[in-house]
Amino acid sequence: MSEQRSFDVADLPGVGPTALLVFAGLYAPIVTLVVYSFNAAPSVATWDGFTFDWYLKAWHNSTVMNAAANSLIIATLAALFSTALATLAALGTTRRPAFFGITAIYAAINQPLMVPEIVTAVALLIVIAAIKAATGYAGLGYLVIAHTAFCIPFAYLPIRARLEGMDLTLETAAADLYASPWQSFRFVTLPQLTPGILAGWMLAFVTSLDDVVITEFIKSPGQDTLPTYMLGQLRRAMTPDINALSAALLGLTLVLLSGFFLLSRRKS
Amino acid sequence: MSAAEEAERARTTRNAWALVTPALIVLMAAAIGPLVLVLIYSFLTPGDYGNVVWSFSLEGWQKVVVERDIFDETLHLAQAHLTIFWRSVSLSLVTTLLSFFAGFPTAWFIATRPASQRAFWLFLITLPFWTNLLIRTFAINQIIRNEGLLNTILLKLGIISAPLQMTYTEGALLIGMVYVYLPLMVLPLYAALERFDRRLLEAAYDLYASRWQVLLRVVLPIARPGIVAGSILVFVPCLGAYVTPRILGGGKLMMIGNFIELQFGQGRNWPLGAALSIVLLVIVMAALLIYVRAINGEKRGV
Repeated sequence: MSEQRSFDVADLPGVGPTALLVFAGLYAPIVTLVVYSFNAAPSVATWDGFTFDWYLKAWHNSTVMNAAANSLIIATLAALFSTALATLAALGTTRRPAFFGITAIYAAINQPLMVPEIVTAVALLIVIAAIKAATGYAGLGYLVIAHTAFCIPFAYLPIRARLEGMDLTLETAAADLYASPWQSFRFVTLPQLTPGILAGWMLAFVTSLDDVVITEFIKSPGQDTLPTYMLGQLRRAMTPDINALSAALLGLTLVLLSGFFLLSRRKS
Repeated sequence: MSAAEEAERARTTRNAWALVTPALIVLMAAAIGPLVLVLIYSFLTPGDYGNVVWSFSLEGWQKVVVERDIFDETLHLAQAHLTIFWRSVSLSLVTTLLSFFAGFPTAWFIATRPASQRAFWLFLITLPFWTNLLIRTFAINQIIRNEGLLNTILLKLGIISAPLQMTYTEGALLIGMVYVYLPLMVLPLYAALERFDRRLLEAAYDLYASRWQVLLRVVLPIARPGIVAGSILVFVPCLGAYVTPRILGGGKLMMIGNFIELQFGQGRNWPLGAALSIVLLVIVMAALLIYVRAINGEKRGV
């Protein structure tokens, strides 16, 4: 009865070629962008040889450097704050029996993932316009708080995943040996949790670094981050120094993501 | 439950809330609370130079669908607004469909690789997902615009004599959004297909099913939760898209997101912008409810 089939059952018609086309389609534009950031000619129409000029040009542009500094300051602080808040929240929502209100807490933490960015941006614009009018403060603080809020779910996910993989035996052992709750957290829980916290920080950092819409709406004049600067430049022609900036940002993202994957892999 | 157990339980619950509260405060201040203000602003009167005047008005909501004729004061349907709604909804639906047709074979491909290779292929899908949306839109723009790579190549090969106008068309928005949101379709589809029991395929072929029958009557029904999840995950951000239509639509082809921004910028009609935001939010929430139900259905093994 069971004669050898002439084909692999898992092989649905056309799957392989379509999938490879999709992978090629996903990467070709990004690779093109990076390659042309080294093109001496200012357009993709010609290739005039290899150059670092566009990177140097961006490096010597004080507006760009200002935007880069803003991006890094905001991303560093927002990632730090959101990771701290997410760590506490993850400790409060894992490894304990479900309690009343837990669903509402999950909904609140994941809210930034559900509500369209443009709606949050508009909502923050309204609030911040009112606070600005009342206090006159127009610093980076607004951006740091807003970024902290929408980075929380990204920091929370890997930390929670890590916690769920840790049982309470070690903490119980520590308590049996008369460790105070703080000592048990500091010397038992925290060291085990560190890879999760680092992974959460990296995801939060990348998320903050990439944000365009919310930042574009709530920044004060002259407070560009790299993405909003690039978006503004695009109103004019596409220039290779934007390619260079994009490639540099891509490189940074790639480093952080590789770090994230290495950290989350070590767990298994 | 004994009194001691109950006290212990109350203590851990208090403890949990204390740990969660700092995060909740920030989320309330900078994510959830402001949404309430959007609702309030949608019922106020627009100020002359943007912002609002604090007097009740339904004009913001009215303007979502109707406009007042400047000459005879009669109300009629706001064609321009409806065009934008229609464009947003139809482009989001078509994007979802195209993403499915490209994403399903990709997810199947990854799920049928040897276990040791899957992580690599999955990483290739995840990487673009985490890279800057703006940069990915730039990248696709650089390929399809008039002076872009595709036109340059076609011109040099002599296939066309003048550059094809691809940007600033709805086709460009479609290409851009499929490109940008495709990973969101592939990941849940893969999650659904990964656990697929291949013996079912053997069984179907043994019962003389054709390849199409196997696909339509065995594979797709089992992958259904993944299909629903992926579709919602693509549809929702498409509907609220702002960056991609702004760059590839060149300001002419607005979607709801750009239309909302316009009201807070040059349009100087914050109440209308707020009302539009609420409309968008409600549609998205409805879609997410379907998503949650699909996910829960999967967990129950339906």
